Amino acid sequence: MTDSKYFTTTKKGEIFELKAELNSDKKEKKKEAVKKVIASMTVGKDVSALFPDVVNCMQTDNLELKKLVYLYLMNYAKSQPDMAIMAVNTFVKDCEDPNPLIRALAVRTMGCIRVDKITEYLCEPLRKCLKDEDPYVRKTAAVCVAKLHDINAQLVEDQGFLDTLKDLISDSNPMVVANAVAALSEIAESHPSSNLLDLNPQSINKLLTALNECTEWGQIFILDCLANYTPKDDREAQSICERVTPRLSHANSAVVLSAVKVLMKFMEMLSKDLDYYGTLLKKLAPPLVTLLSAEPELQYVALRNINLIVQKRPEILKHEMKVFFVKYNDPIYVKLEKLDIMIRLASQANIAQVLAELKEYATEVDVDFVRKAVRAIGRCAIKVEQSAERCVSTLLDLIQTKVNYVVQEAIVVIKDIFRKYPNKYESVIATLCENLDSLDEPEARAAMIWIVGEYAERIDNADELLESFLEGFHDESTQVQLQLLTAIVKLFLKKPTETQELVQQVLSLATQDSDNPDLRDRGYIYWRLLSTDPVAAKEVVLAEKPLISEETDLIEPTLLDELICYIGTLASVYHKPPSAFVEGGRGVVHKSLPPRTASSESTESPETAPAGAPPGEQLDVIPTQGDLLGDLLNLDLGPPVSGPPLATSSVQMGAVDLLGSGLDSLIGASNFVSPPAAAVPANLGAPMGSGLSDLFDLTSGVGTLSGSYVAPKAVWLPAMKAKGLEISGTFTRQVGSISMDLQLTNKALQVMTDFAIQFNRNSFGLAPAAPLQVHAPLSPNQTVEISLPLNTVGSVMKMEPLNNLQVAVKNNIDVFYFSTLYPLHILFVEDGKMDRQMFLATWKDIPNENEAQFQIRDCPLNAAVPEVPSTGGVPARVPGL
Amino acid sequence: MIHSLFLINSSGDIFLEKHWKSVVSRSVCDYFFEAQERATEAENVPPVISTPHHYLLSVYRHKIFFVAVIQTEVPPLFVIEFLHRVVDTFQDYFGVCSEPVIKDNVVVVYEVLEEMLDNGFPLATESNILKELIKPPTILRTVVNTITGSTNVGDQLPTGQLSVVPWRRTGVKYTNNEAYFDVIEEIDAIIDKSGSTVTAEIQGVIDACVKLTGMPDLTLSFMNPRLLDDVSFHPCVRFKRWESERILSFIPPDGNFRLLSYHVSAQNLVAIPVYVKHNISFRDSSSLGRFEITVGPKQTMGKSIEGVTVSSQMPRGVLSMNLTPSQGTHTFDPVTKMLSWDVGKINPQKLPSLKGTMSLQAGASKPDENPTINLQFKIQQLAISGLKVNRLDMYGEKYKPFKGIKYMTKAGKFQVRT
Repeated sequence: MTDSKYFTTTKKGEIFELKAELNSDKKEKKKEAVKKVIASMTVGKDVSALFPDVVNCMQTDNLELKKLVYLYLMNYAKSQPDMAIMAVNTFVKDCEDPNPLIRALAVRTMGCIRVDKITEYLCEPLRKCLKDEDPYVRKTAAVCVAKLHDINAQLVEDQGFLDTLKDLISDSNPMVVANAVAALSEIAESHPSSNLLDLNPQSINKLLTALNECTEWGQIFILDCLANYTPKDDREAQSICERVTPRLSHANSAVVLSAVKVLMKFMEMLSKDLDYYGTLLKKLAPPLVTLLSAEPELQYVALRNINLIVQKRPEILKHEMKVFFVKYNDPIYVKLEKLDIMIRLASQANIAQVLAELKEYATEVDVDFVRKAVRAIGRCAIKVEQSAERCVSTLLDLIQTKVNYVVQEAIVVIKDIFRKYPNKYESVIATLCENLDSLDEPEARAAMIWIVGEYAERIDNADELLESFLEGFHDESTQVQLQLLTAIVKLFLKKPTETQELVQQVLSLATQDSDNPDLRDRGYIYWRLLSTDPVAAKEVVLAEKPLISEETDLIEPTLLDELICYIGTLASVYHKPPSAFVEGGRGVVHKSLPPRTASSESTESPETAPAGAPPGEQLDVIPTQGDLLGDLLNLDLGPPVSGPPLATSSVQMGAVDLLGSGLDSLIGASNFVSPPAAAVPANLGAPMGSGLSDLFDLTSGVGTLSGSYVAPKAVWLPAMKAKGLEISGTFTRQVGSISMDLQLTNKALQVMTDFAIQFNRNSFGLAPAAPLQVHAPLSPNQTVEISLPLNTVGSVMKMEPLNNLQVAVKNNIDVFYFSTLYPLHILFVEDGKMDRQMFLATWKDIPNENEAQFQIRDCPLNAAVPEVPSTGGVPARVPGL
Repeated sequence: MIHSLFLINSSGDIFLEKHWKSVVSRSVCDYFFEAQERATEAENVPPVISTPHHYLLSVYRHKIFFVAVIQTEVPPLFVIEFLHRVVDTFQDYFGVCSEPVIKDNVVVVYEVLEEMLDNGFPLATESNILKELIKPPTILRTVVNTITGSTNVGDQLPTGQLSVVPWRRTGVKYTNNEAYFDVIEEIDAIIDKSGSTVTAEIQGVIDACVKLTGMPDLTLSFMNPRLLDDVSFHPCVRFKRWESERILSFIPPDGNFRLLSYHVSAQNLVAIPVYVKHNISFRDSSSLGRFEITVGPKQTMGKSIEGVTVSSQMPRGVLSMNLTPSQGTHTFDPVTKMLSWDVGKINPQKLPSLKGTMSLQAGASKPDENPTINLQFKIQQLAISGLKVNRLDMYGEKYKPFKGIKYMTKAGKFQVRT
């Protein structure tokens, strides 16, 4: 006799049959019928039609029947709210039952019935149960408050249940404490501002006591709650750590990881010189390793977290490389994560082992994994300089296997190795060239073309090789096309005599036969460069490139610090802050690591860079949010490859012809038509700012604007958006110099340091003339006033509206962005003099149709001004760079 | 917290759903099915999947996917641990955890799930307590229930729930008082082509079966507790005493439980009890390959190696294998390309071997990958790490219990690369 009998149906119609049985007099038959109903429910069948009949069975002293009816009620009450009221009486009665099991069951079930009318009746029984003498009832009631809050938050607040719940944190029974914490955490998550879990040393102490005695699940809730607390000094942090450490030996991996989170966070406050710090580091390694012997799903989550931990504190697991070696029957998602961590742990000491493993993986069956393994070899070469040679020879061995995808992947990574160690491993180019024909993936083809172009002077038949690619130019992907264009131009600049034809061919393919704007533009740029100034072209195209950074895949330090606070959560699995994926962004509070305080006297800011890298290098990390933000930051990071040479080009225009007759004939050739679309104004390189400000001189002379008008300070960046940093400010112009008067207020709880400011390109080239000087660290609630001098020699880009300025401010916590409008008058010069000829020339430069005429009446000036030229035409002439 | 649970079989049917909060439509599983389709094998379905409004966390056991649906930020390990606990509980209740068994006991399953979680918070996950709340079905009980009309739902609050020792029920009585401890060690190792160890580690557990009357308080001490530097304990173990004296002191749960698990890491030398000599070669020209494997004992401390099985996933190009074993039986599945050889016991005087040829697809090129050999074996009366129990004492009760300790070493993930 099994439950499968409940699924058998009869011809008459199942519902009809069940109805009859439910109304039967025999208890046993009733129960069987309810079981049949439940069975149908579990497989998703709709049995809501039986609602009244099932509810009728509720009045019973048979606990199993009662439970079954309750199960049914929870599922269907919502669809039959009026009927559900029928159940209320029984619930209220059950809440008074002498058996605690039944009291708890009733209050628990009532909370699950999401019907407003029922919740009204729930309040009284719930209040009683929260104060029940039996802890089992209290702990059930604690959870019920969370349920009720989910249905009707206002009601919970009005009834004062939140305070009762807070009181339960001090309950004598650890299970009750754990459930109260869990319930409060859940409520707090939907109401981030409510500050429900008001943590203070006393309540922390209670939680730590309960931690030792409650169930494993309760321990998770308590640990997660502890992680939100910021100890007041390092001694408190240490004492909490000491009491949390035993949790690392728990069999439940979630408890272990939550404990790791607390320790990782509080460790930030401990001085590194402390003996305890070292002990703690040692204690963290074994539990993390043990997590890797668990089921694969647990391993995966653990590995994602270990990835963060290894980036933050590589010293913890530096000796544990071997546990990350891949077993051939690991699920693929585990394999890929292990590989990632292996590379992060790779160092000179273990590189031989790692390479041997990676080579082994490169012969496995799974293509994705093999590819990643090959890539990993390349990353090792870039990361551990001493190993580069060995990595290259390993890659060459792999190329010899002639396995198609291995070869392609190897070529892609060898390209990166060349970029890191130029002029070191060119001997392998010959081997690479042998495999030219087998490359069918765009990335590999592009990589190979890049190598040929970069080392064209050392490859005898570089022109032939590139020509062979050129045949199918239009069938290639954009990536390959762009690379081919650049490579051939490089080749031409290196060997001008033999490759004229080739370069013409590729330029015309790129500019005339392609409708890809990127390709066309790059084609025109090269064309223009080559035709106007070959020397400049050489300087631009063959400019020394910056070496690629050692680890482009590191997580940005500020993000990493935030993620460390989220160890063990979904955020740590996705490596994104919760604000990036939690629905609707509700309840997102940015967490940050506590700053080191008290006894540690070192002035260094809380260590944001990974321990391996000196602080200066942290900017090498490529920001993960690749939008405007990254753009702003990169303004001064990327070497200005194109900037300086362009400026010189206007000076040297046509002056020298190093390439000799090669280019002359090229230009002379009739088919080298100057591209029509490339009608770039000749004064491209001239700073636009000067011309503009001249024009405005004019208006300022005419108008009455004085240089001394200063708008009141406005709040540009509210503290809420900037993790506690509030910025307000205004612009002034005094005696010919523009400045931005800023007021920085620290409304956060931690000290802010390392301020820096940066402007995005803007219409008038406004840029800071000096770095942002905040002399002392800004402590909480402190305000400083700073006057930042500005100039107008920055890069120009037309903004909408014209006087829009986008600003990035960076401090030790994060980078913040805001935009503001600056009054145009700050750009005007005081004297307003303008040479007559110049005025006329400028006037004529403005198209006639931009002229507007109108009369000014009641003119306050003494001199009559019959017409005022509109300057509306000016902005239109600012080329969008 | 945990919103809902869906049980899905390998053919992609949802055969059970349970909701702890509001009902989540089962269409949310479509995202799971997509991922399932993308993964080549069931094992490779990623355990965390995000959908526009929910997150799906899953575990795959007994050919069933247990998919939990969550809506807010919840520690994923908490959910996955819980799912594994659900599977363990089913196994404990019904002996096996399979689709037909769950379907047969759907009401009990539903009742148990309801007891395990409340509003997504774990309520009772200790099998001891659950069994007091919902009695597992047995043939006898079913018959009795039908006759007497009694139920298999306990109507009293489980005694252990709120005591200081929630894992033990009160009023336990036995006529034979006995306590057995099994020290079981599994070796996970990767051995490279040349026979040297790439990595080796030992995962050990001490499983106990304690049937003692009353409230016994046990202490277990080891000859060499230094070996245990990475341990996870059952909640019953008093951590303080372990920290200070390296003694396990505990009031045991009633019945079977895992007292502790430990990990002996790669840095300490791990003895490898077997070796495998292999010669697997494909030639470029011919479609025949040579295959030869010999297994022999290495560091076994004089104990014999039993229950040896060798299995290997052969490259796809292998059509058939013509092999002769010196002992045991072997099979080769031409569809999955899985070779397995049931060796049995290793006789050190006459080492077992498996020799022969493999035929490859005609015209196919030499396979790129080398097969990895997977080894299973057992060694009785030996804990390979050298761990030894010193003594077991009982306090708190007057009777004299019968005590027993057994050691065993097994292969875990023991892989030999060729």
